[in-house]
Amino acid sequence: MTTITRVPAAKNKPNITAHVFLVALIIYFLLPLWWLFVASTKDPQGLFTGTGGALWFDKNFNLLANIQELITYKGGIYFRWLGNSALYSLLGGVGATVLAVLAGYGFAKFPFKGRDFSFAVLLGSVMVPLTALVIPTFMLMSQLHLTNTIWAVILPSLLSPFGVYLMRVYAADAVPDELLDAARVDGSGELRTFFTVALPLMRPAVVTVLLLSVVGTWNNYFLPLAVLSDQNLYPVTVGLGGWQALAASNNGGGTSLYTLIVVGSLISIIPLVIAFLSLQKYWQGGLSLGALK
Amino acid sequence: MTNPAAVLRAPSRRRNLRRPWIGWLFIAPFGVIFLVFLVAPLVYAFYLSLFSKGLATGTTFSGAGNYVKAFTDPEFLSGIWFVIRFAVILIPIQMAVSLAAALVLDALTTRLSRFARLAIFVPYAIPAVVGTLMWGFLYSPTFGPLTGLFKVVNQSAPEILSSGNIFGGLLNIVVWQWAGYYMIIIYAALRGIDPSLYEAARIDGATPRQIALRIKVPMISSAMVLILVFALIGTLQFFTEPQVLRPISNGSITSSFTPNIYAFDLAFRFSQFNYASTISFSLGIVVFIAVYIFLFASRKRRGGLS
Repeated sequence: MTTITRVPAAKNKPNITAHVFLVALIIYFLLPLWWLFVASTKDPQGLFTGTGGALWFDKNFNLLANIQELITYKGGIYFRWLGNSALYSLLGGVGATVLAVLAGYGFAKFPFKGRDFSFAVLLGSVMVPLTALVIPTFMLMSQLHLTNTIWAVILPSLLSPFGVYLMRVYAADAVPDELLDAARVDGSGELRTFFTVALPLMRPAVVTVLLLSVVGTWNNYFLPLAVLSDQNLYPVTVGLGGWQALAASNNGGGTSLYTLIVVGSLISIIPLVIAFLSLQKYWQGGLSLGALK
Repeated sequence: MTNPAAVLRAPSRRRNLRRPWIGWLFIAPFGVIFLVFLVAPLVYAFYLSLFSKGLATGTTFSGAGNYVKAFTDPEFLSGIWFVIRFAVILIPIQMAVSLAAALVLDALTTRLSRFARLAIFVPYAIPAVVGTLMWGFLYSPTFGPLTGLFKVVNQSAPEILSSGNIFGGLLNIVVWQWAGYYMIIIYAALRGIDPSLYEAARIDGATPRQIALRIKVPMISSAMVLILVFALIGTLQFFTEPQVLRPISNGSITSSFTPNIYAFDLAFRFSQFNYASTISFSLGIVVFIAVYIFLFASRKRRGGLS
């Protein structure tokens, strides 16, 4: 009886401190998003001199009008950028995942000559800062006349050494050799064995690598900034960054551009936030994969 | 040297050994991308860095000349010095926030803790450009809440984007952006610990704090090392956040603020592609060496402890 009453009492006290700590964290991490939402509902005037202050609504609720202006501004170039971001991150992300799954499975399940050496090279390459490759990649691409095309963004995004590493670690444990051997004895070819036996077992890691590479490409800024000069090809990150520089350089004239930046930022974060919230059960376990070894 | 484990396993893998190219076939598509977009740019950057381009002389071979120039160039060195200082201060703060959050979330299973887990993680799904834009607005005396807040106590708000405060301003943005991602990795590692360990410790009279510090933290050290490596690589190649803040920073973010910004400006504003390649290649080498030293030190330390 004493233990039953003591346990909750002992647990209650630290729980209050813990919950205060959590509330503080929630406020800190959501504050900018709250500001973004509130600011998207203001007209240009309200953004500068709102009656309710920076963190509360102005008297005019202008969200729909702001979205409308975003749709019509320069022939709707913002939504073109959003479409470009989706195209680059889907092609780049799916492509990078396919390559990583194949290579990870190859490293994990086939003992071939030179495997240990090439995997060591791969691990070393995880330590190469990918942004240090941006300017050399730009110059290589310009030799091949590929700059200022969608391929200049998509093709380099296919490179994901860390994805290969994750897939190898996962496949080594999740796909039993006996199962593969049994399929081979039954006369299944290597490709069929991969698709029907191995791939279904690797699914959680596949979703994780897919999410990581889609997010990586969607959020990328340096590479598209370097290799694209045609505004119509910009992803949304480069487009918004450009608006910001424009608005800052002609102070007063940039007034209405600020509302476009704010409402554009709000819309640009919705797709990925929804993707993460709906795919929770996959990434929460999957992100720790790399830490297993 | 043959790997003894591979020899021992060989009989059961007879089918594979007869066709050793199958493994390569699975790796080949990635291998092509690896060669074209990682090896080739590195080799090309190194090649370009060996030449100089002068207005009168044209392109001439200069050997290590560009590297001598880079490592005595005060602008490049100040950028390197900045990112090293930034990493040294940022990483402990970020580790502390994400570890503390993960430990608390691991100990609780309330509705609030589930919500907090998502709220802390959400910034990871937001592009660094948008995160930086938002904080830039929040820092601004015109758009942000600071002017209003400080008016209440009759003080003028601090200029976060001034050259004296920009370090802290950037620190805050990066912690906000990445702490949730690191928290989730640590949290998942904590969930992987066998709970019977805690039970045993509790019976031995350990307090929750002792369980957290003496059992949980040592058990997740490999996750911590992984995160530290990510944070180190990410910080040394710092680019997006300062680049986005630059137009509104009134000059406190210079064209050589970080090595990557310097390389970008050299290439795209001054068309010095040979020297920009040298800077990129040098940055790559500095990062590689820094990470290698870190991994070596952490392995040695952990080896000594166990």
